[in-house]
Amino acid sequence: MAKQPHKKQDVETTGHEWDGIQEFNNPLPRWWLWVFYACIAWGVWYSVAYPAWPGLKSATAGYLGFSTRAQVAENIAEFEEKLAPMNDKLASVELASIADDSELRGYAVSAGAAVFKTWCAQCHGSGAAGAKGYPNLLDDDWLWGGTMEDIHTTITHGIRNTDDEDARFSQMPAFGRDELLEKEQIAQVVNYVMSISAGNTPQDASLVAEGEVVFQDNCAACHMEDGTGDRFQGAPNLTDAIWLFGGDYAALYETVYNARYGVMPNWNTRLSEAEIRAVATYVHGLGGGE
Amino acid sequence: MLNYIKLIALGLITLLAMIGANYARDLAYQVNALTVALVAAGMFLWTLRNTGETVAYRDVSGEYMDGVVRAGVIATALWGVVGFLVGVTIAFQLAFPVLNFEWAQGYLNFGKLRPLHTSAVIFAFGGNALIATSFYVVQRTSAARLWGGNLAWFVFWGFQLVIVLAATGYILGATQSKEYAEPEWYVDWWLTIVWVAYLAVFMGTIIKRKEPHIYVANWFYLSFIITVAMLHLVNNLSIPVSIFGSKSVQVFSGVQDAMTQWWYGHNAVGFFLTAGFLGMMYYFVPKQAERPVFSYKLSIIHFWALIFIYIWAGPHHLHYTALPDWASTLGMVFSIVLWMPSWGGMINGLMTLSGAWDKLRTDPIIRMMVISVGFYGMSTFEGPMMSIRAVNSLSHYTDWTIGHVHSGALGWNGMITFGALYFLVPKLWNRERIYSLSLVSWHFWLATIGIILYAASMWVTGIMEGLMWREVDANGFLVNSFADTVAAKFPMYVVRGLGGVLFLLGAVIMCYNLYMTVKRSPAVEAKNHMVPAE
Repeated sequence: MAKQPHKKQDVETTGHEWDGIQEFNNPLPRWWLWVFYACIAWGVWYSVAYPAWPGLKSATAGYLGFSTRAQVAENIAEFEEKLAPMNDKLASVELASIADDSELRGYAVSAGAAVFKTWCAQCHGSGAAGAKGYPNLLDDDWLWGGTMEDIHTTITHGIRNTDDEDARFSQMPAFGRDELLEKEQIAQVVNYVMSISAGNTPQDASLVAEGEVVFQDNCAACHMEDGTGDRFQGAPNLTDAIWLFGGDYAALYETVYNARYGVMPNWNTRLSEAEIRAVATYVHGLGGGE
Repeated sequence: MLNYIKLIALGLITLLAMIGANYARDLAYQVNALTVALVAAGMFLWTLRNTGETVAYRDVSGEYMDGVVRAGVIATALWGVVGFLVGVTIAFQLAFPVLNFEWAQGYLNFGKLRPLHTSAVIFAFGGNALIATSFYVVQRTSAARLWGGNLAWFVFWGFQLVIVLAATGYILGATQSKEYAEPEWYVDWWLTIVWVAYLAVFMGTIIKRKEPHIYVANWFYLSFIITVAMLHLVNNLSIPVSIFGSKSVQVFSGVQDAMTQWWYGHNAVGFFLTAGFLGMMYYFVPKQAERPVFSYKLSIIHFWALIFIYIWAGPHHLHYTALPDWASTLGMVFSIVLWMPSWGGMINGLMTLSGAWDKLRTDPIIRMMVISVGFYGMSTFEGPMMSIRAVNSLSHYTDWTIGHVHSGALGWNGMITFGALYFLVPKLWNRERIYSLSLVSWHFWLATIGIILYAASMWVTGIMEGLMWREVDANGFLVNSFADTVAAKFPMYVVRGLGGVLFLLGAVIMCYNLYMTVKRSPAVEAKNHMVPAE
């Protein structure tokens, strides 16, 4: 259906023509003009009400006294005031007793989840399942211990960092790189470790017996004679099926040759005591807490 | 005589570029210097071979200079396809990170390709479209041949060199890390020379026009050329670390640098992608519709309002940052006041069709132009809305911004350019009509559905992401980790990629259709001689 030409287009053109193009002399659409005016009027009001016009040294503050910094500070203050009683309580009670107070524990878990998702998820994953080199926090295999006390210490001071004197520290020797073991010996001990770890079979069973000798001479001091590890030194249990850096021959060879040790920052300079306790409670409650 | 001067200049450039390549401190600089040396040496040989030859003289003063426009049309279509292809690639790289191939790390990963995509579509596709159409339009509406002889060719080839140097530089790591202003100092200097030549050609043509008045499209083109020159110079103030290296240090620092960057960035949108393309709209829509422009008054008022207000709107990119509140308020106020001046262009475009609406049914090219103006109107409403501080606190840093940009870029800039190309090719190659209107229809629908998939998926994922970031539990604690929000976006990322594929497919069909128009459409008599309208 061809629409009737707009009645205002009965107006003349301007009389000019460029390459066949002419222009009607239509007036500005009323609604357009009034909305434009309204926007300008609103803009004038808004720039008087809010900080807007710059002078030489400072700008007008606006009669509403608005400032984005003040708004953020207000939000934070409101939040902190509301949570202060719970945070004070969380920071002062015995660590072990948090679990007994269901209200406090519920609070700590939801606060800890937020801390975890902000600060910890980058390495340990947003579901805490870890990744290669970053321990899984859902299982009951703990390098440095899984009690509330242990987890709290780990988060507070971190692992093998140089920023906190109280950080837990241990270092596996690089047996190959530093020429503590011959390459054949490394191959032997790797086969031995594969033979004692759950769900693993050695690549070359003939080397296992010699590997055991190497193990007892060089590895047992930390990983214990039976290979079950030592939490005091953060030495992993080698008899289970859980591997932080991989349990196949190549990965184990690399581990023995160059050594591996993860680093975790200390959080006591970044998080409050209540936040550390909250996230410790959260991690403890993920499934493997002792 | 001129040839001897040319030979000396080209020889010197070749030599200097070789010296630069020899002492280069980084790979990007070396490759760029070699590129310049090759180009200059090639031109040296070409000039040498033509020196002393007698040239058959033909008086062309009564004809329009269309060769350079033809070259621009080809460049626009080809760079368009390249830019869209890189866009589709990075869209899928976001959805499937494995596509950031290990063997191509540092060269073809998302971080390297993303600026390649934005520069290819904005400057290579959009820039060539603007240069080509402005050269066409200014000649027709001034009834004058382009001023400056072969200077127009210098502008065209000089701009292609900017594109090649910038693109290879990005891949090899030369970047200022300023969005839409990534090219390093020497590419900036070269672009400055090319742009001044562009301004000279355009202004010169307007000055020698035979029409008593300057047509509105030319006001828009001129404001685009002048403002982009100013933006480019101020935002690229930097000091090279070495004349043999690509790295440079910005003169501004901290929030001043951020503010300068977004004053530039926003006006790259405002003057490159809005004012320049409005110039296009003001010529091609009335030509294709064969109707007078709706309102002269509206065009004059919305032009001055638009260019006065746009330049102040940049701070809305920096809400809730170190930028002082007063600057942020002004950016927001100017953005909202800008709403009606932007819509003036939409009204003039759409109302020009009143009395010719039936053409929408029969002419897919006009349909393309109309939907383009429609997307323009949508984006210029969405933009002011997103500049409101409260809305921005939700939308900022989310995919909503990406959706907004693309409804403007694909919908408005893309579609009006396609319309202009369909209009221009038969005229420039003296063909009766476009090869296949049904292929134009295919292009129209593929592109439109592609844009809708793109914009809708980005709205959904953007708003979802914004809401997830601020979601808190009963105690006021955050509920989601950042990685949770990334994981949640996956399906929408796939939809966005598919939208891009459709848009790309449409552009490929267009290239085929334009090629076949030149090859197969019935020829008509050339009509490039000047006829003053009055």
